[in-house]
Amino acid sequence: MTALLEHPGYEEERLRRAAEKLPCRELQAGMLLSLMGQPQQYSYPSIFIYGHRASGKSHVMQVLLKELELPHATVSCVECVSVALLFEQVLLSFFGCDVASLLPRSPSLSDFVRIYRQQCSQTPAKQTRYIVMEKAELLRDTDANLLPALLRLQELVEDNVTVFLLSEIVWDKFRPNTGCFEPLLLHFPDYSKGELQQILSQDRHPSYSAEFYSSYINILLGVFYSVCRDLRELRHLAALNFSKFCEPLAEGKVKETDTHKLWRNIEPHLKKAMQTVYLREVSSLQWEQMQQMEEKESGALRGLSAHTHVELPYYSKFLLIAAYLASYNPARTDKRFFLKHHGKIRKTNFLKKNEKTSNHLLGPKPFPLDRLLAIFYSVVDSRVAPTASIFSQISSLVTLQLLTQVSHDDQLDAPKYKCAVSMDFICAISRTVSFDIVKYLYDFL
Amino acid sequence: MLLKCVLRDLLQEKEVQKNLLQVHLNGLLQTDDRIAHKEITRQLHLENVVGDKVFGSFAENLAFLLEALKKGDRSSSRPVLFVLDEFDLFAHHKNQTLLYNLFDVSQSAQAPVAVVGITCRLDVLELLEKRVKSRFSHRQIHLLSSPTFPQYVDRVRTQLSLPDDFPDDKFAEDWKASVKSLCEDKSVEDVLKRHFNSSRDFRSLHMLLMLCLSRVSVSKPAIRPADLLEASRHCFTDSKANMLHGLSILELCLIIAMKHLNDVYEGEPFNLQMVHNEFKKFLQRKSNSMYNFDQPVIMKAFEHLQQLELIRPVDSSSAKTQREYQLMRLMLDHSQIMEALQKYPQCPTDVKQWATSAFA
Repeated sequence: MTALLEHPGYEEERLRRAAEKLPCRELQAGMLLSLMGQPQQYSYPSIFIYGHRASGKSHVMQVLLKELELPHATVSCVECVSVALLFEQVLLSFFGCDVASLLPRSPSLSDFVRIYRQQCSQTPAKQTRYIVMEKAELLRDTDANLLPALLRLQELVEDNVTVFLLSEIVWDKFRPNTGCFEPLLLHFPDYSKGELQQILSQDRHPSYSAEFYSSYINILLGVFYSVCRDLRELRHLAALNFSKFCEPLAEGKVKETDTHKLWRNIEPHLKKAMQTVYLREVSSLQWEQMQQMEEKESGALRGLSAHTHVELPYYSKFLLIAAYLASYNPARTDKRFFLKHHGKIRKTNFLKKNEKTSNHLLGPKPFPLDRLLAIFYSVVDSRVAPTASIFSQISSLVTLQLLTQVSHDDQLDAPKYKCAVSMDFICAISRTVSFDIVKYLYDFL
Repeated sequence: MLLKCVLRDLLQEKEVQKNLLQVHLNGLLQTDDRIAHKEITRQLHLENVVGDKVFGSFAENLAFLLEALKKGDRSSSRPVLFVLDEFDLFAHHKNQTLLYNLFDVSQSAQAPVAVVGITCRLDVLELLEKRVKSRFSHRQIHLLSSPTFPQYVDRVRTQLSLPDDFPDDKFAEDWKASVKSLCEDKSVEDVLKRHFNSSRDFRSLHMLLMLCLSRVSVSKPAIRPADLLEASRHCFTDSKANMLHGLSILELCLIIAMKHLNDVYEGEPFNLQMVHNEFKKFLQRKSNSMYNFDQPVIMKAFEHLQQLELIRPVDSSSAKTQREYQLMRLMLDHSQIMEALQKYPQCPTDVKQWATSAFA
């Protein structure tokens, strides 16, 4: 398992310690080390590391740089909302805070390079300095010249410096259109099922045996592996559900070796966890409380998305229903649905060729305000005057994001809307006003 | 490289060394004229002349610089060499004032000035304004390297060889022999041919050699052909296929459903609802409840695909439409998907069959 990292120029003890912290990443760590070379040697100017979320990109970098005590600056591009923050962090961790304060307010790249050069001419680097940029995909949204400049920073500052870019997105999507210095690409592959099992089994509970915990992990992976390969997510789920898994053991019903019974106990529970905790419907804390309260069936607590019921005024409900009908029915069919003497028109007669696919597949269509009001008057039983309050209700439905305004160009004159609620929601609404919406929907004829 | 060599040779002459002033500017760093002016002042060591004089405006600073340049005439003042790296970026400055002024000074009988611009764009002259272009002397040096393949291999050999003044003679001998045998190897030649055909610049070659050399260690002091093969394989891997390899089964199924939608509707954009519908069709036919996931779980997988930029929204108005009706496009190739499926570890057979059965 532990093919030890070997590289001249570093202390063996430290390498061993680093290797211990990097399970299943020996190959990648070894490759990185050989690219970095000995501390005083020049390394490749920029290295781009990509791989899936939680495939150990930043972890490997951190462990290597920390354990081997190399001078480095780790910058997360999420934090650095402006380039000034980025420069400050880099200078701070290389030269200390005196230098970082030399930066003028709102510094440009030119300032940064100038100060960096000055400093490194005073204290030339004995070792390669490393800059690690996490979430590098955000660099694309900053100044256009920042990314190309970082890629050739070694040449610009004339110092022994290497930039690591870590990202989830492939390099092809980064390349600026005028080209740039090509970094060395390095891929961190995903963990296989066996490796996931090995890593997850490491943080076992001390009061249970190792085989017991790894059989639990095996069951967990059996349920979740086809959906999720994110190590962090799996670890979180494993920690949450373990107490439930141990329950029959604590009650003394089964022994540790009786895996089949344990499996029968936990499997429906895990399936439920996929619907709730995995989607963050129920927070982890609630989930734990639920496990403690036995009388409460897990999942009985309504999650975030179950709270779809919204109290609306009477006319607003009808406005929303009218909007839904206008969005999902083609305009040609209005006559058939809402006029009294429409004659007999069968559905097959006006099925056009391109309308065979259901509207509920394509999403809502925009409709003008006039059509909304016309449908509204025909679905509301009583006579309603087009007062200001009706119109203000329409615009407040827009601010509630139940409707969306499509064209922004004219606010007052003939605006177009789309209905932005789901089928379930509108069914619930129409039930409260005892209106059978399915009868009026073209798709369900 | 060329410029650096020329400068080094030039500086060896005493006369030049004493007289020549150099100003290096880079289009990446000096993003506008104000910064460029500051940098020029600094590199010409005019700060003390400028001293505490605070220039109110950018124009005054420019005027001062020009004054300093204009004061001299051909005989007495020291020549200044301006090197503008990434020249095309300077052409994007507002009004191209800097370029105009530099060219203007070089044209008129003022201080002797040489402006050398380095760029990778062939059409850089089209970027210049008319007045700037007319002042430019239209002298261009194209460094188009088009080596033949034997030259390319020669280049590899010279790149790998040790310098003559290497201290350890014996090792140098061995190394030379090993490099020679490496270059004559048949499989190595194939690899180099492949690289030669894909790109002829030396930087990609450097990357390849760097990868090889990083495998050389104390226990293994020479480059073996296998190292080169390995390095070249590393260079040529398709990164998207790598990412596809790490997706979960559900995400892969969604991608296959998108592929089918693309085939049927000929590249029309799709939304989650359609993809889900396609996926459900597959599940019905299989009557296998193994992949029966809820809509939210599928939504989560779909969003993960979007984060990886394997699918991209057609218009970026994300807030306006519901998430399941947002139109998307697949950013993958047909062959990429099929290749990824072949390589996918423990891919279920029915999923594989579904992918191959087009129009089903």
